[in-house]
Order: sequence, then structure tokens, then C-alpha cells
Amino acid sequence: MSNSILKNIALAGSVAAALTATTGNVTAGEDAEKCWGVALAGQNDCKAGAGTTCAGTSTVDYQGNAFSMVPAGTCTSIELPDMADGTPRMGSLEELTRDVPA
Amino acid sequence: MKVFAMPLIADLPNLAGVGYKPQHLADILADPGAVKWLEIHAENYMSAGGPPLAQLKRLAETFPISCHGVGLSIGGEQPLDKAHLARLKHLIGWLKPAAFSEHLAWSTHEGGFLNDLLPLPYNMDSVKRVSAHIDQVQSTLDVKMLLENPSVYVAFASSTMDEITFINEVVSRTGCGLLLDVNNIFVSATNQGYSPEDYIDNFPVKHIGELHLGGHLADSDEHGNPLLIDSHNNKVVDPVWALLGRVLKRTGPKPILIEWDNDIPDWPVLEAEAARATRALETAR
Amino acid sequence: MSQLQFAKALLDSEHPAPKDLINPKGGPAGKRFDVYRNNVVLSLSDALADAYPVVEKLVGEKFFQAMAGVFVRMHPPKSPILTQFATEFPDFLAAFPPVAKLTYLPDVARLERIRTAAYHAADARPIDGTYLAHLTPAQMARAKLQLHPSLHILSSPFPVLAIWQKNTSAPDIAIPQGGQDVLVARPKDMVEMRQLPTGAADFLRALNEGKPLGEVIEFCEKQPGFDPAENISGLFEAKLLINIKTEGKTR
Repeated sequence: MSNSILKNIALAGSVAAALTATTGNVTAGEDAEKCWGVALAGQNDCKAGAGTTCAGTSTVDYQGNAFSMVPAGTCTSIELPDMADGTPRMGSLEELTRDVPA
Repeated sequence: MKVFAMPLIADLPNLAGVGYKPQHLADILADPGAVKWLEIHAENYMSAGGPPLAQLKRLAETFPISCHGVGLSIGGEQPLDKAHLARLKHLIGWLKPAAFSEHLAWSTHEGGFLNDLLPLPYNMDSVKRVSAHIDQVQSTLDVKMLLENPSVYVAFASSTMDEITFINEVVSRTGCGLLLDVNNIFVSATNQGYSPEDYIDNFPVKHIGELHLGGHLADSDEHGNPLLIDSHNNKVVDPVWALLGRVLKRTGPKPILIEWDNDIPDWPVLEAEAARATRALETAR
Repeated sequence: MSQLQFAKALLDSEHPAPKDLINPKGGPAGKRFDVYRNNVVLSLSDALADAYPVVEKLVGEKFFQAMAGVFVRMHPPKSPILTQFATEFPDFLAAFPPVAKLTYLPDVARLERIRTAAYHAADARPIDGTYLAHLTPAQMARAKLQLHPSLHILSSPFPVLAIWQKNTSAPDIAIPQGGQDVLVARPKDMVEMRQLPTGAADFLRALNEGKPLGEVIEFCEKQPGFDPAENISGLFEAKLLINIKTEGKTR
């Protein structure tokens, strides 16, 4: 019982501290920024999800049979640290010749 | 089947409109130029919230909006998706569009949506099915809808009538209105080898509530015969503008929409197409 | 003609076009049917690229288009609302052998997926947290904090937010070591992302489950490094609090 009262008082202290951090400072508080990071807005995705259309596309033939390509975008420049046992997160991108059923 | 008693919702002005794309929002609000109304694809505005809905609400304060469905699958063999109809009803309820239209096509099978407007054979089975679906749409949504003629690339051995006979049958059974896509006439007539002028001269023009124009791509089939694709990715071609003139001679001024869905241009290019449609309307007055 | 047969042939080029389909001269439809095949696969591939632009950038446009061809045939949309399309894509990537070495790729896709979900989520007006200060400590402990409906959390063993940033707004960013907990939400018009500190992801998840604040704090404090005040102020600052429920009352 007394334990839970103490906890409640501790909580009230946290809330009070939180309110000081956010409302006591017009710039929303440096502590808050350190803690939760700066909000990254990124681009506002006007395209997100769009795509429903009543148009057709060109007659490029798209068969999608054997799949023997390798990724060749910016992933080649992303290096992640090795895992604890020393095996690389991402090895070299040697050609994959395995076919994937379409 | 009873003929639907509601008046046609046809509050669109007899002026030019364009298909709304979010990248044009600022331009439209700054200076819409010749563009006097907008069309949206219903399925892009069925989320719970977010900026697209907010943008549409803002635009609807200024512009008449035409609500154009692309996923109801009216020509489908299977029953209409009641959940989708309910979403449409909700959208139409708050948006109060000046027109609602859908396609003479199908796009869904066994719950899978194929994101294309697929063709159907023109015979009595299809007439009955399409008419029953339109009846259901009109009574559920409580609006009289416009049915759009499709772009088609194939023909059906099981067709027993031409497209105009088919459309006449559906209109007489359901009392629906029509959206005449002039580019689709050109695409389908070229692909199927019939005269687009004859099509226009025989079309039941008194039911038209809206006209569409759009760009297409020219290709050919494996026998070297022309095969036009309804790509909506470029300007309306001159032969289609000429066909529009022929339509307007029969109908008088009508709301005309420019559709540009792929390779979307900067606003001035799209606005210029709307301005050209406006000039065509002035000639028809 | 059966539309089932038509639909199967659209997604599987081994499956013949329905015999009912002809060209204007009465011969087989041939390339004319292929227009529909291409429309379906290409339009859905484009929709997939719209929804997962960073995955596309990571693997390259050409690879993405080819992979999309495989994906859309396996997972055509279940609904005409394309904002709901391709929710299976992250799991598909995790099981797609040609990207097996890009172990972080499924989580990048998960981040893009929740960005789209946040963008289209229900709107809600954030409230001022100062109301909490008017409660007694006991009321505070029992208060239930309702969070913004656009809120999503991704806990990844990879620096997934940094990878996203490197491919969008910050190409020169250094990729840090270790995983990241990422908060994605749209308190107003813009989708925002934040890297969360230790314990914050559990804190938010527990609140979202409707647990009272006292219980949530007690649970999270078991994690070393968790600071209740910092997390409560983070919640206010991020404008993600939309309601506070105390017994019988809401604010």
C-alpha cells in the first residue's frame, strides 16, 4: 500500500518534470529532442498508395520466368558491421544463378 | 428491373475539367485557368484520414467534383463487393459529387483485384448481369450513375451484338446515364476495325452526362494491324479532337474531362489541354 | 467465357488466353491479350514502386521491376484500394532468395509500409499534456493515455532509419552500428519518424494496449536506462497524445 503511494508520487514527479521539459520551453525542450530524437519529416508522400487508374500501359512484354538478376542499387554502398561471430552481415553480391519460379 | 427514378446527378458545368493529381494541388489553387471542375478516382479516397482526404475536402469547396470509380467491377461475373459499395456510399455521402461514373468493364475476380479494366462479351447474358449490377449500384448509392464505354483490345467469339446495341439495352433496363470517352471510341474502333464516325452517329447521345478525352499509344499486333493502347500518358491526338467536334455537333456543350494518369506533365501542359477543350465547347455553342 | 480463366491467364503466361478471345478477323487474340497481361503486371509493379521507393532505390530500378513481376503474380491486390496493396511485400522480401544477403531489406520495407499506413490513418487532434498535472498522483497512475491512430513502431535489429535517410534526405549520413526502434506517426499533415531511446518502444506499446500509466511506467522502469520523465515529455512533444481517460472522465 505505502509502496504504491510512493510509486504514484514518483510518477507525479516524472509527469511534472515532463511538463517542465515540454511546456516550460517554447522550443519544445532540448531534453525531449535528445531523448526522442528530432522528428524526421522526409518528403510528404503525395504518391503513397496512389496508382488506381483507368489507363492502360504499353505493350512491353513481361514474362517473368527465370530470375537471374542481382540487386544493383544503393545497397552496394551500405555496409553493416559484422555480426558477433564475425560473419559478414552482407557479403559481396556475387551473381545468383538460381532460378526463382515466377 | 425498374427504371431508376432518381434524377441524373449532372451538376457538372458544360466546361473543361481535368483528372486531379496531388502534384498539381498548389497550381490548381493558385490559378486553375481553363479548368472549371475536377475528377477523382474514388478508390484513392477511401482511407480513414490523411492529407489526400483533406486535399479533396479543400478542393470540393471550390470546384464541382466528379467521382469516377475504377474498381467496382460492374461487368464482373461475381456479385458486386458489398463492402466496396458501402465505401462508395460513404464517399459520395460526404463529398456530394456532381457526378458518379463507372466503367463497362470488370476488374475483380474471386476477391482478387487486377487493376485493369477488362473486357466482356456483348451478349444477353452480359446485358442482364451488367444491368442487375447497375440497378444495385444506383439503388444502394441513391444516385443515377454514368456508365463509360471502354477501350478494348480483343473481340469475343461469343458476342452477339455491337457495343452500341449493348449500351442501349443497358440504358433502357436501368435508366443509367452515359459517360462517352471519345478517345476510347477511337482506340476501340481502330483496334476492332469499325468506323468511329458511325459509332458517334449511332450513339444514344441524349443520355450523355460527361465526355472524356485522353492520350493513347500506337502499337501494332503480330499481323501488323494497328493496336492502340489507352495509356493516358500524353496529349489528345488531332483525330480524337475531330471526333469530339462530331460528338459536340450532336450533343451541344457537355462537361469535358482531360484524363492524364501516367507520365503526368507539369500543370501548364495539362491546363493547355483543358483550354483546347474549352475552345471546342465554344465552337459548339 | 469464364472470367476465372481470363484472370488466371493474366497472371500466368503459361496459362493460355481464353479461346473466346479473338482478333477482329476471327483469329486468336495473341498479342492483343498480352496488352491486358502487361497492364495488370506493369500497373501493379508501378504501384509497388510508389509504395516502396527506398527498397526500389536499394536494389535498383531494373531489379525492382523484375522482382515486382514475381511479387504481383504471387500476391495480386485483395482490394481495389491500392493503399492496402502489397502489405505482404516485407515478408516476401525475407523469403526471396535473390535478396537474401540484404538482411535489412525486409525491415526497410516494413518502415515504408508503416509510413504509408500512417499517411492514410485516421486524423486526430493532439491534446495538451498539462491536464495530467491537475490529477492527483493516484488518478495519474490509473489514467489511460490514448495515442494518435497513425502511430506505428518498428523495432529492428538493423539501423533501418539511417538506411532510409541515406536513401532519401541525407545521402551522406553514416550508418550507425546496431538496431533502431523507430516511431512513425502523422500528428498533422506530415509523416514523421523518430529514433526511440531504450524502453520507449515498450512504453508506447503498453500505452497503446490501454494499460494505465502507473502500470506502464512500473513495467518500463525494469529496463536499465529508461527515464519516465523523458518519455512522457517525448510523448507530449511528438504531439501523439489525443486523449487522457481517468475514471469515468475523458479529456
